[in-house]
Amino acid sequence: MTKKQKKMLGRILVSFALLLGLSLWGGRIWLPVGIPFVSVSHVSETGQPAFSLAGWVPYLIPYFIIGWDVLWRAIRNIKNGQVFDENFLMAVATVGAFGCGEYREGVAVMLFYQVGELFQSVAVDRSRRSISDLMDIRPDYANVEQEGQLVQVDPEEVSVGDTILVKPGERIPLDGVVTEGSSTLDTAALTGESMPREVGEGRDVVSGCINLSGVLRIRVTKPFEDSTVSKILELVENSASKKAKAEHFITKFARYYTPAVVFAALALAFLPPLLGLGTFGMWIQRALIFLVVSCPCALVISIPLSFFGGIGGASRQGILVKGGNYLEALAQAGIVVFDKTGTLTQGRFAVTEAEAAAGSREELLELAALAEHFSTHPISRSIQEACPEADFSRVTQAEELPGRGVRAVVDGRTVLAGNGKLMKEFGVAVPEGGEPAGTVVYVAADGQYLGRLVVADQIKESAPQALRMLKAEGVGRTVMLTGDAPAVGQAVGKALGLDEVHAGLLPGDKVERVEQLLVQKRPGEQLVFVGDGINDAPVLSRADVGVAMGAMGSDAAIEAADVVLMDDDLTKLPVAVSIARKTLRIVRQNIVFALGVKFLVLILSAFGMANMWMAVFADVGVSVLAILNASRMLRKTKS
Amino acid sequence: MKKTYKMRDLDCANCAAKMEDAIRKLDGVQDVSISFMTQKLTIEAEENRLEEIMRQAVKVCKKVEPDCEIVLK
Repeated sequence: MTKKQKKMLGRILVSFALLLGLSLWGGRIWLPVGIPFVSVSHVSETGQPAFSLAGWVPYLIPYFIIGWDVLWRAIRNIKNGQVFDENFLMAVATVGAFGCGEYREGVAVMLFYQVGELFQSVAVDRSRRSISDLMDIRPDYANVEQEGQLVQVDPEEVSVGDTILVKPGERIPLDGVVTEGSSTLDTAALTGESMPREVGEGRDVVSGCINLSGVLRIRVTKPFEDSTVSKILELVENSASKKAKAEHFITKFARYYTPAVVFAALALAFLPPLLGLGTFGMWIQRALIFLVVSCPCALVISIPLSFFGGIGGASRQGILVKGGNYLEALAQAGIVVFDKTGTLTQGRFAVTEAEAAAGSREELLELAALAEHFSTHPISRSIQEACPEADFSRVTQAEELPGRGVRAVVDGRTVLAGNGKLMKEFGVAVPEGGEPAGTVVYVAADGQYLGRLVVADQIKESAPQALRMLKAEGVGRTVMLTGDAPAVGQAVGKALGLDEVHAGLLPGDKVERVEQLLVQKRPGEQLVFVGDGINDAPVLSRADVGVAMGAMGSDAAIEAADVVLMDDDLTKLPVAVSIARKTLRIVRQNIVFALGVKFLVLILSAFGMANMWMAVFADVGVSVLAILNASRMLRKTKS
Repeated sequence: MKKTYKMRDLDCANCAAKMEDAIRKLDGVQDVSISFMTQKLTIEAEENRLEEIMRQAVKVCKKVEPDCEIVLK
């Protein structure tokens, strides 16, 4: 609790004790002389006139103790032209209660109001703090060696090219490359991934990770303001300025709601008695209840709180959402479009099939690996990786034939490894048949066909589960777009159970496809595009929600997307959708609950069936409950 | 030009919305957003008039919620 809140707590306790004491006491205070308004005259047994203090006067003491600031703010705000603020409404309602002879209620309502306000302020403080805890990835200092001494400096003062030292347990303050040492890094604050990551010399590291085991020397590659940490913090902090439709709705609603209720209260106070239905006193009392209920604070506070909680909770899982509006759109995800390479697949080739026509499978692989040894082509690399123990001294000559493959001399035999074109060129007959899902590499030695390898991009381990989870979240259509050959695309699509596959697309075609899909989507549905954020920026911006993944360290991806998945774990996508849905559910609950209670009390009070207590509950009680409901978003959600 | 300011003692979400409205109506302000949760004011306004606009913004905010303060750097 802050000092201000503690002071308020003290006022509440004193005022409550006084109120309780006065209610129990019930005695009279006798006055020597009569004072107009505040004294009551009696006739004593001796026939002399006597005066006692009116019953309501002592109640002014707890009333002012608890409510002076409300009254003061009400007067000050009227001077500033702010008539319909909650201070004014509370002041009118409580003074009105005194006027109606309900002085106990008057004090109690003010007391209850302040308790609610205190509670609200504590709850908001707590949420604000837990949000800033979430964002607590800002490094405080960087260790720099100056004249042989280790000095702690502000990360902003470190320039590119400087070497910093990160000890175990410290946070890496700036992006850079490890020049000395090896360690494991805890990236959980950035990616939500709990598995530590190994780093060694020459590896890129990003700021915000915690160094777990060894001392690292890092050469800084980016100034602090461009570092990953700064980018993330900026993004999350700015996310609050992109407001969701629900937020706009509520602020607009509040603008009309309060004046409407106040005028309704005025009408309620004067019209029925003028028409001869009951006394002014009775109707004014009912109108006062209207005034208490007219404050829209519960809604106005709890909705941004829910959205912010959702964004904060998502960022703890390594999911950065750039605004409440995107969270809202994500909750309505109906069509999810994936880019293939780097999103559903790893973007890394590997040998998936090896068919030997003569000899064993191992011999075929070994021979191919040896032949490809000197090539740096991604396909060659994947073949080398498939047989890492090959003895390269057996290769005596190697030649790369661009667009076709390689020719090498292994153990004195001329080995060819490459596509059909290469085989044709050298007159090697290859068997026809089947369109395998990947790139085919034929192998021949001394003009004799030995077999073929199929090299394909590998499906990400997390992809099948992610797609199942998306379906479970209610995503109707999953679509894959790829520039690869239809056979390759279809194979991946089938393996993953995607609803649609569009293959053989040029980069421009992807935008066109997405536009077609946008037309097809059902009302209330949103189209989500997921890509690696590197060369699909136009598609990302065209979709309702553009998601970039594997973005750690890639500024371009962070910039282009609306939602950023820090690591390349695809299951984060359904997690994001589920967080978005939960947020929207809470927002809806709060709107319905707060408005429901308010309207109920309004109707009841119009018929004289509600009292001040219910009114105060409908105001501050509902606020507090709505805040508590919203703060559920801040609790750690399990992925 | 876009600029962000910190706010102190922003206690009432409805006031934040009212301040936002009031600042948006100021001459030279293109866009403004007040985040109740982060207590931040983001304003987009003509650069050479920003100082004067911010002085006015402080004034209108004082009218809505006298206890709240915009921290001008």
